[in-house]
Amino acid sequence: SRASRKRECRIMATVSVCQYHRGGFSFENCKRNALLEADINKLGFSSPAARKTGTTICGVVYKDGVVLGADTRATEGMVVADKNCSKIHYISPNVYCCGAGTAADTEMTTQIISSNLELHSLSTGRLPRVATANRMLKQMLFRYQGYIGAALVLGGVDCTGPHLYSIYPHGSTDKLPYVTMGSGSLAAMAVFEDRYRPNMEEEEAKRLVRDAIAAGIFNDLGSGSNIDLCVITKGKVDYLRPHDVANKKGVRTGNYRYKHGTTGVLAKTVTPLNLEVVEENVQTMDTS
Amino acid sequence: MCFVQNTRGLRSQLKDSVPVTGLCPQAGPYGVQDSLRRGFSSVKNELLPSHPLELSEKNFQLNQDKMNFNTLRNIQGLHAPLKLQMEYRAARQIQRLPFLPSSNLALDTLRGTDDTIGFEDILNDPVLSEVMGDPHIMTEYKLGVL
Repeated sequence: SRASRKRECRIMATVSVCQYHRGGFSFENCKRNALLEADINKLGFSSPAARKTGTTICGVVYKDGVVLGADTRATEGMVVADKNCSKIHYISPNVYCCGAGTAADTEMTTQIISSNLELHSLSTGRLPRVATANRMLKQMLFRYQGYIGAALVLGGVDCTGPHLYSIYPHGSTDKLPYVTMGSGSLAAMAVFEDRYRPNMEEEEAKRLVRDAIAAGIFNDLGSGSNIDLCVITKGKVDYLRPHDVANKKGVRTGNYRYKHGTTGVLAKTVTPLNLEVVEENVQTMDTS
Repeated sequence: MCFVQNTRGLRSQLKDSVPVTGLCPQAGPYGVQDSLRRGFSSVKNELLPSHPLELSEKNFQLNQDKMNFNTLRNIQGLHAPLKLQMEYRAARQIQRLPFLPSSNLALDTLRGTDDTIGFEDILNDPVLSEVMGDPHIMTEYKLGVL
């Protein structure tokens, strides 16, 4: 009968009756995406690329704290997507994190860890430590087996002193006095290897980081624009954005617009248009 | 047992063969796939996961719990995980009607996830889902009348 057929349609529609609807990543479209990608590649086109930060980021531990540096270019394939993006993310008042890799991944990961660290510090009643942030990040990235493309340089000063970590997308971490990450990491590391020495002064450390990022900007296509610095010491954070505008956009020297009066006026006639109101109707807006 | 994952307890969980759960066709009451309720089945869909992370994500919470209980058993004895599991079972029964989203507050507090934020809170939050199961069908299914 019609009632039972209608009921069967409703049962088919609620296939999710048996499955508990859970949050988090949903893999429903993976097979469809794979098929679409195969079809597109067969036609000769390529699917759109995710926006990466193709970056140079680095950090150095000096006498009183940590200096983090980053360039400001975000690329999308071979095109610059953002000429002045901010790659040094806030994690907690005493811990900052530079992110390289897929821009969305670094952004969301650092925001999630920042929230978790805030909740944790409220629960413990203490200022959070860099090692805590490091462990949270490494465990999350390992859980997703490198599919979250976030390569991070984490630095900060806590009650145990200044610390600097580098975190790779698969979840491995290194605790070092100076680290570089991103596509321009080799250029920056060359500068570090040449001029780093332990217990530098603040000005020397800032100059070193600035030069390392500049090396990345000028020698790597994926990095460019300005240099941002973040100097973290016990009780104070200096977020210098931009610290150095290495690539200034040129200023236009000429103008194609002609001045008033360039063309002489020979004659002038004015014809007024007489408009009369023929019909007026008011339509009330539906604000319900 | 909060955000810190028990990574050292993994050794107690490693076995020679790991059974793959959750992907094979779920047998209905007559031993075959229940087409009416779960839709049509396809061998290819069920044999391989559509993404390498799909299986590990589906069973993540379960595996974490298992590992934690194992470690707890090794440290404090069998009574500790037994008592905790009893509390979990009790907390899991505090639910709203089957078609309404439940907050699972007691379960979250027990697990320690009430002061952590993860992707399951941001992406695909069931509270913000645009579709809802048909109330009549879902309550009948829950009561076993269907």
